[in-house]
Amino acid sequence: MSTQKVAQRAPKSACNFAPSNEANMMGMNDRIKRLRKESFEAQPSLSIERALIETKFYKENEGKYPIPILRALNFYEICKQKTIYIGNDELIVGERGPRPKSVPTFPELTCHSVEDLHILNTRELQRYTISQEDIDTYEREVIPYWKGRTQRERIFNHVPKEWKEAYEVGMFTEFMEQRAPGHTALDGKVYRYGLLDLKDRIQKHIESLDFMNDPEATDKQEELQAMAISCDAAILFANRHADLADEMSMTEKDPKRAAELRRIAEVCRWVPAHAPRDFWEAIQMYWFVHLGTITELNGWDAMNPGHFDQHLAPFYEKGIADGTLTRDQAKELMSCFFIKVNNHTAPPKVGITAKESGTYNDFTNLNIGGVKSDGSDGVSEVSYIMLETIEELHILQPGSAIHISACTPERFLRAGCKVIRQGHGYPSVFNPDVYIQELMRQGKSLTDAREGGCSGCIEVGAFGKEAYVLTGYLNVPKILEVTLHNGIDPVSGRKVGLETGEADSFQTFEDLYAAFLKQIHYFVDMKVRVSNYIDRMFAKYAPATFLSLFIDDCIAKGKDYYNCGPRYNTTYIQCTGLGTITDSLCSLKKHVFEDKRYTMDEMLQAMNDNFVGHEVMRQYILNHTPFFGNDDDKADSVAVRVFNDLYDAIEGKPNTKGECFHLNMLSTTCHVYFGKVMGATPNGRLAGRAISDGTSPSHGADTHGPSAVIKSLGKLDQVKSGGTLLNQRFMPSLLKREEDVAKLASLIRTYFALGGHHIQFNIVDTETLYAAQKCPEDYRDLLVRVAGYSDYFNDMNADLQADVIARTEQESF
Amino acid sequence: MGLLFDIKRYAINDGPGIRITLFLKGCPMSCVWCHNPEGIGKKPVKLYTRKKCIGCQTCVHACPEGALELTRSGIVTDKTKCKMCGTCVEVCPACALEISGREWTVNEAMREIEKETAVMDRSEGGVTFCGGEPLMQPDFLLELLTRCGQEDIHRAVDTTLYASEEVVRRVIPLCDLFLVDLKLMDSEKHRHYCGVPNERVLENLRLVAASDVPYWIRIPLIDGVNADEENIRKSAEFLASLPKPPEMINLLVYHDIGKNKHDKLGTTYNPHQYAMRAPDEATQQRCLDIFAEHQLTAKIGG
Repeated sequence: MSTQKVAQRAPKSACNFAPSNEANMMGMNDRIKRLRKESFEAQPSLSIERALIETKFYKENEGKYPIPILRALNFYEICKQKTIYIGNDELIVGERGPRPKSVPTFPELTCHSVEDLHILNTRELQRYTISQEDIDTYEREVIPYWKGRTQRERIFNHVPKEWKEAYEVGMFTEFMEQRAPGHTALDGKVYRYGLLDLKDRIQKHIESLDFMNDPEATDKQEELQAMAISCDAAILFANRHADLADEMSMTEKDPKRAAELRRIAEVCRWVPAHAPRDFWEAIQMYWFVHLGTITELNGWDAMNPGHFDQHLAPFYEKGIADGTLTRDQAKELMSCFFIKVNNHTAPPKVGITAKESGTYNDFTNLNIGGVKSDGSDGVSEVSYIMLETIEELHILQPGSAIHISACTPERFLRAGCKVIRQGHGYPSVFNPDVYIQELMRQGKSLTDAREGGCSGCIEVGAFGKEAYVLTGYLNVPKILEVTLHNGIDPVSGRKVGLETGEADSFQTFEDLYAAFLKQIHYFVDMKVRVSNYIDRMFAKYAPATFLSLFIDDCIAKGKDYYNCGPRYNTTYIQCTGLGTITDSLCSLKKHVFEDKRYTMDEMLQAMNDNFVGHEVMRQYILNHTPFFGNDDDKADSVAVRVFNDLYDAIEGKPNTKGECFHLNMLSTTCHVYFGKVMGATPNGRLAGRAISDGTSPSHGADTHGPSAVIKSLGKLDQVKSGGTLLNQRFMPSLLKREEDVAKLASLIRTYFALGGHHIQFNIVDTETLYAAQKCPEDYRDLLVRVAGYSDYFNDMNADLQADVIARTEQESF
Repeated sequence: MGLLFDIKRYAINDGPGIRITLFLKGCPMSCVWCHNPEGIGKKPVKLYTRKKCIGCQTCVHACPEGALELTRSGIVTDKTKCKMCGTCVEVCPACALEISGREWTVNEAMREIEKETAVMDRSEGGVTFCGGEPLMQPDFLLELLTRCGQEDIHRAVDTTLYASEEVVRRVIPLCDLFLVDLKLMDSEKHRHYCGVPNERVLENLRLVAASDVPYWIRIPLIDGVNADEENIRKSAEFLASLPKPPEMINLLVYHDIGKNKHDKLGTTYNPHQYAMRAPDEATQQRCLDIFAEHQLTAKIGG
């Protein structure tokens, strides 16, 4: 990031890029500047190392061991053989691949084809490089073995025809077809117990197994033995780092760096085998655990330290008190950690999605602030250090969120708002007072709920005690589309839904709504059946014996993370497009059934024609329909009704772990894909355009400012969900003055008092975004947050870019 | 009943906290730089936004008077034929035609204000009545102020104070903050640029300053009109001479956003082409310095 580039930028846009200016770089020392630059400039690549080790191991050992032990030994083998990387300047060490941004593949879940690898190597956006030699090796060594053995094939061989049809037309997605269930965050255990402590505990549980009375004793013994092997694997992995650091220190000419390397070796010999003793070891401890979980399997959203500030605060305070740590050192270590996370791009997908989708990043969403498990304020000096780090580094990952409870100090909220104002796209803002209620409503204890938070996007769980599996997105507006065509998807012409009657046979809005509701239940049930099957596939074939170490009560129960080991086992379906479905229903209700301005046939014809030749009608709908997000009960009551009916359809459906499904309301970037597979909708949205994200209003539909938006959202009883998502775009001009920051803070407090779960802000101006499209190289650091995740604007495809631009700009002048 | 021409939520430049601003129609002044010219007249006016117009001519066919025509510059209304019946606005699919100014009952207006209370409460905001000139509709304004007072809603009145002494005396006890526009100290110039002399403004301001109600002063800072040393010095001297000084003086740097509104109204902005410019930073600073010399708190921006 050269200073020259900063100078070329229009001063008007300057507030979006403040982190690049010298004033903000000041906080970073030279080491961090260099590490940041390296991380920023590293080209993501694919590493076939893990696949080669794993394939060789499986070829020799499959069938010799019970599955959990096979998986643990496979993990051990990878830890033993993989390339160890320690970069110049690094203090926190360890990479999943052989070097930064080098990503392994997970053929046991889904095996990339030669074609996939070529596409990934050559596609324009989000390219992952791989050499022809590696592709040849992959074709020879890896692909033939895994044919017919991958999770993905197991799943697709099982699914019924109706499911496949609905899946293919874009009625829903399935998370677990390419990755393992994830969305995991840790509690404070790893700062109190080392892996050797956990091994002792495992041994005690093995010794107390009751083979006389417990029919599951054998399974439990296998799982527990596998967990113990996983402990050894991670300790070995750390020791290999210690060895390398020692070795490097011998030849290091700079005595200062040599001393650092010796210190790194010392840290890596201590953690994760033992509980950390200081701030440095605490961060390295977490990082090894993080690496272990993302090496063992490719879980969704990777991994998350949870309330990192709360966990680190005691180490920080101790270090400051006894003089072994300065604030600057703590910040430097924190920055090193941030850069480590940023180095870890997500493994790319296979098949059609390799071409179209895929983000570079996983979602490690740091929870800052919030409440402690006793309900008191969780903000500490470490929280402020983290905010400063976010502001100074301005990198894609980790994501971050400030958690604002009624007891959170105003100073912290305003400090967070000032970072928001920089326009990084984060931190987003969460409301513990509401999500604690959400978690307790699902049956968590008060203490466990308070220790919970957000793991990746907006979904919340009880950190360190819960497997909360997100199964995929449901395209709610498409359910209406199919309803209006008597079960047929008009885009593909395929019959995917129930025959609930031709649209012109509906005499009243209630007739239409009843049919829509029937279709909702039909698709939800269909999705649940397959999700339950997939759940068992992971429990049987892909136990996560390392991750299970850190989630209570897997050790005590002798059961895996994927097999009811956790204290809580939750399953979600994420519903997308609340704004689009509400506005579409409102349009039909008003114009077809109430005002009878248009007949149903006219409406369907216009949608069929993508409103070509019907522009007058489209404009009338756009400008004369009550839309969600304007504090207008006519629209908001429809949104509330749909929300409640989705809840009724999903809530309580049994999962395979003795618990049940719940409603979630997020979309990440899936609203763009869902929009692509849909024709025009009754709210005037054109075919192929993105549907609304999460629970946000449709793009451009919210014309009464942010206070009206939060009032509309506040009418949903969000406690019934496992999370809602509100994206609010703010023009920089609304946040110019110091007092505007305070006003933003009170807007957030108000939304949370109204029962809001989450809100995030995009502080960008349209001009900037258009300029970025025209001249991408000048805007490489332009970070935009879309629907629950941040990405570089330049890395987004044209649709996503258009989506960002189309979001309503709040003008109040 | 009263005539409003706009309501804005999340208003962050019209007084303390987050506010809802009600725009009361009708103004006795006609400042050349006015950026809400549609608020000047006492009756509803028709606005036309060409950018929104899709040229469908639905309005042309619907108009019972045959007053509309699609020309190369968009829809043109023959004002001699138009009876302001509103048919064209109702049928316009794109909302390119709008009527600015609608009758509101006090209850309707209160329901709208109450929608914003959640945000007001937490930001120490409230409601701001502006215009036009809110004092032009005293009965409506006084009733709204009374009702808001009963509901503990903070009330600001953004006014030119160009009104009868009696009206100002009645508003004072029902108001929590005055935002007073002060444009020019020279009455003749004031008449020249704003259409009316300023004596009444200054007298009423003395009245406000003598009351318990705090007030802010808002000065549109226009190079070529009032940003000269003499006018600013006189303003400062006058304000410093009042029984109590303003809590804050906001110097609002000139912009010509009003042009856009004149386009919609079909009128001409600054028809006499007075030279009006945003003062440069040095001038802005000098103005701030002059107020500071008089122990008055001033800042750039609202």
